[in-house]
Amino acid sequence: MSIAVKHVTKSFGTFVALNDVSLEVPGGALLALLGPSGSGKTTLLRIIAGLEAADSGTVLYADEDVTGTAVRDRHVGFVFQHYALFKHLSVFENVAFGLRVRGESRSGVKDRVRKLLRLVQLEGLERAVPAQLSGGQRQRVALARALAAEPKVLLLDEPFGALDAKVRQELRQWLRRLHDEIHLTSVFVTHDQEEAFEVADQVVIMNRGGIEQTGTPEEIFEHPASPFVMDFLGNVNVFQGVVQGGRARLGELEVAYPEYPFDESRAATAFIRSHELEIVRKRNGRPSLEVKVTHINPARPVVKVRVHSEAFGVGLTVDVGWEDFSDLQLRVGETVYVSPRQLRVFVQDYAI
Amino acid sequence: MAETPKAPPIPPRAQDDPAAVRVALVLTAVAIMAFFVVVPLVNVFVQAFANGVHAYWDNLFHDADTLHSIKLTLMVAPVAVGLNLVFGIAAAWAIARFRFPGRTLLTALIDLPFSVSPVVVGLFLLLLFGLQGTFGPWLRAHDLKIVFAYPGLVIATAFVTFPVVARELTPLMEALGADEEVAAVSLGARGWQVFRLITLPNIKWGLLYGVILCNARAMGEFGAVYVVSGHIAGKTDTMPLRVEKLFQEYNLPGAFAVASVLAMLALVTLFVKTALEWKTRRDLAEAHRLQTEGAES
Repeated sequence: MSIAVKHVTKSFGTFVALNDVSLEVPGGALLALLGPSGSGKTTLLRIIAGLEAADSGTVLYADEDVTGTAVRDRHVGFVFQHYALFKHLSVFENVAFGLRVRGESRSGVKDRVRKLLRLVQLEGLERAVPAQLSGGQRQRVALARALAAEPKVLLLDEPFGALDAKVRQELRQWLRRLHDEIHLTSVFVTHDQEEAFEVADQVVIMNRGGIEQTGTPEEIFEHPASPFVMDFLGNVNVFQGVVQGGRARLGELEVAYPEYPFDESRAATAFIRSHELEIVRKRNGRPSLEVKVTHINPARPVVKVRVHSEAFGVGLTVDVGWEDFSDLQLRVGETVYVSPRQLRVFVQDYAI
Repeated sequence: MAETPKAPPIPPRAQDDPAAVRVALVLTAVAIMAFFVVVPLVNVFVQAFANGVHAYWDNLFHDADTLHSIKLTLMVAPVAVGLNLVFGIAAAWAIARFRFPGRTLLTALIDLPFSVSPVVVGLFLLLLFGLQGTFGPWLRAHDLKIVFAYPGLVIATAFVTFPVVARELTPLMEALGADEEVAAVSLGARGWQVFRLITLPNIKWGLLYGVILCNARAMGEFGAVYVVSGHIAGKTDTMPLRVEKLFQEYNLPGAFAVASVLAMLALVTLFVKTALEWKTRRDLAEAHRLQTEGAES
């Protein structure tokens, strides 16, 4: 079932959490709301669920307007950030809760719970209480509980936020497979771009109560729509400069920028990802920048080299492949040149 | 994982007071406790049993007025506790779960019965329900008796013990948080189902302790009840009032026998309180551990 959010605004006191947000979630999609804390992503999720009421705007499930419908009548599965499992109930009773309060028959409850526990791979733990489970197991109980009453949509608030890195990785892939199996329209909130890009079909990047960009992970990574998206995706070096007459000038770096052919010069911000920079010993005719090596972090899969540009007064991070690294024989304190293979320029808005 | 090393002994801290000061303080505290609490408590039992177990039994159960006072107390206290149970849960729920105008005022007002002298409470009930009181003529017209009768005793007792359950539950419910209740609602539970299936199991120990403490206060209530009861032996005398009356009549063994029953009630309450506090603390620590464990990484 598809979800549509139309012109939703929500304030908490003077803080505007969501400002005229509209969003479409196609039926059967797995969509990630990605953004820094305070961007409004959790508020949007809670409004979709009905846990929070919008100040204005509407929420539709398929073609049904559910804006005024209470959460208990919306039939959503909601997975809470810290799971909010019922501490005093066993795993079985936790999962059965949604069925029991809706008056499901005893045998119906039993069959459905068994089926769900098999789905989330928790068979044999029916009698355990939440305190006896690991973080990953608790997360899966929360998921089974949310799925028990056959919800129309599944909503997850930072579903992996509370887990350690290894478990998180496993559960991520598992959630993706689960979604491929049951094809329930799902929305999850995360601040971790790796998580969003790995799990979701559609990623919505949010910032300050608004949506910056919506698209598939490839679209967003290859064509970031705004400086914020570029910066938020991380591993990126930022330069300030100007554009004029089809060229972008960033200090001693000058590159073609045909998107801005006008004569008037305008301030611009350029972004170069760490892996789009190349270190060379001698200038090779391409635009390049003289820098000093300040730090070498021999990480995997690439060496992270910190360099400092005197002319610009900025530090840059360059990803160097291990093969190139052994060819270059870099030492801290050496002077080398970096040249961008690719860069993105965002001209600042006309509005002042 | 390697074996967890044992915690090293706590080293003496620089801000620790000298041994002489510590010993002096501890001894003072113990001496005061012994003088004001332990000695009188033991004395109550010694006096009660001064003429032997048989006399003690006679004093309690073969004195019609004393027997009536015990029965009356057993009739008043449970009703007052029941009223406060309903009120306490409602107030704690409102304060811990909702933000509404007047919330701070409500929190302050709940403590009012503890800060006002019970005698004043009694007088205030007389002024409302007495013959010359605000509702006096109406009550008389409908042949209803509140003061100098059972309803007055219940109202006075309930009023004075009002805060007990609410004060016990409010911090507990605030500490527990609303997460599980919200989760229950998202799964389709109605208000009553949320309370019965989720909230009540989580607060049951705190609630039980509140009820026991409330009961102890209700059975021991003197001031307010003294004013509204009219102190009629065999009719409106509760146990504490009976103790006072027997004492005035120089029937010391009788007075101490009734007093010993109240003292035993206090001891039982203390024991249950300690047990439940230990349990509640453990549950809270467990809830906290689960939360922080969940929040880590």
